[in-house]
Amino acid sequence: MIETVLFYILAAALIGFGLMVITRTNPIASAMAMVGAFAGLAGLYAMLNARFLSIIQILVYAGGIMVLVIFVIMLLNLEPEDLQRMRAKGFVVLLALIGVGAAIVSPMLFCVIPNKDWANGSVSPEFGSMASVGAKMFADHLFPFEILSLVLLTAVVGALVLAKRKL
Amino acid sequence: MLTGENIVQLVSGLLHWAYAQAGISSLAGVIDPIISAVVMFGFIAVFVMFLVWMERKVSAHMQSRIGPNRVGPLGLLQTVADAIKLTIKEDVKPVNRDKVPYFIAPIVAFVATFMGMVVIPFDKGVVVQDLNVGILYIIAITGFTVIAILTAGWSSNNKYALLGGFRSAAQIISYEVSLVLSVVPIIMITGTLSLSGIVEYQKQAGYWFILPQIVAFLIFITSATAEANRAPFDIPEAESELIGGFHTEYSGVKFAMFFLGEYIAVVVSSAVAVTLFLGGWLPLPYLDFLHIPGFVWFLAKLLLVIYLIMAFRWTFPRLRVDQLMDFGWKVLIPISIINILATAVVWFCLYGKGAQ
Repeated sequence: MIETVLFYILAAALIGFGLMVITRTNPIASAMAMVGAFAGLAGLYAMLNARFLSIIQILVYAGGIMVLVIFVIMLLNLEPEDLQRMRAKGFVVLLALIGVGAAIVSPMLFCVIPNKDWANGSVSPEFGSMASVGAKMFADHLFPFEILSLVLLTAVVGALVLAKRKL
Repeated sequence: MLTGENIVQLVSGLLHWAYAQAGISSLAGVIDPIISAVVMFGFIAVFVMFLVWMERKVSAHMQSRIGPNRVGPLGLLQTVADAIKLTIKEDVKPVNRDKVPYFIAPIVAFVATFMGMVVIPFDKGVVVQDLNVGILYIIAITGFTVIAILTAGWSSNNKYALLGGFRSAAQIISYEVSLVLSVVPIIMITGTLSLSGIVEYQKQAGYWFILPQIVAFLIFITSATAEANRAPFDIPEAESELIGGFHTEYSGVKFAMFFLGEYIAVVVSSAVAVTLFLGGWLPLPYLDFLHIPGFVWFLAKLLLVIYLIMAFRWTFPRLRVDQLMDFGWKVLIPISIINILATAVVWFCLYGKGAQ
């Protein structure tokens, strides 16, 4: 009973914050709403007993990435008039994105989800725990993981070269 | 024998008896966490008030003054009077503020730091919620203060507040790296992220981690002081340069929330330091025949570490912004990385010990 109530509260918060992200004119407000949406998502993960995932969600997205996003928005210092102009153009882009998104998601919604046997729990209790994530990352998928670290290193070096012309 | 665990069992037994009398036993799973959270909140509120008094006394002692001595015995009620003053003060708000973020920022700053207390074990079994990823949880949840401080600085619509907010974000992000890296050797040795688990490991090993990991302890304390925005790392407030930094435009209760949040941050990081490096609730070596309850040991160690952090404030000169960044990135982070590698080599190669 309590789980259901909590689920609906978290889901409503998630959807509400998600809507705020795309409807606010003030980019800072959008970013704040995004932090709220991430927090709601972390709550949902925690309810699935995936505590490690939920904490990583907060640590990486709400703590790390969103701070950088807010930094960039504040440093850009957009005027409200600029935003209004971008809004008109953005509407077309938004419609296009919704179309693409619907095309991707609809097969999931109408083919995969109804045909899966949800009653006989397909997720193991180990799902999202630290040990299972660690085993997946460092044993099963070690090579892609190392490749990813190379990609990130390249990104860091690239950012440094771009930001500091004279090293 | 009186231990924290016995007290908790007694209280929870009484509570469950009360539930049974009131016929709400089925709701115990909901009410229990709420009650423990409220108890923790009450404790932290009183404790932080005591700390504000202690800080003023410590600073007075260091400067050959008397400090607060008028309200109550030894001036102990001075903070209560200050708190009442702050709550009934007029709330002065800038007209051009950004209303919603301006209102939310102090609440987030306060709640985020307070939530870190939830996983701190005061004694064996005396913890609101013993998460198996406790350290990660504390690091993650206290990370929200960056967003709160940035929001506060930005929504005040004041150049000093904005500068303070940016400085604070830069500082917290930089020092968070060395803070996390200084904890890694402990996790490597114990093989657990649970705070109670780390204390249990120290009990079995027979020594506290401050002995083999003194470098990590020093890095942790330094980074924690910087994370809490306290002098000598008080660049975000920088009274001499930025008036009050990110909380320049805040007054009354909203200011009190930032102020208390800073002290709770000190309590949380000191509590983590005690748990990781000073054996948490374990008694001092050779003194366990005294049968002093574990939570007394914990609080004594906690006060010692907090005193240390307070002493930093009144003994070290402040850093400049560029010195602060250099110190974080060019000194603390390399040392903590070397410490991780050295721990790996010494612990796992020479002694051949693995985690578990």
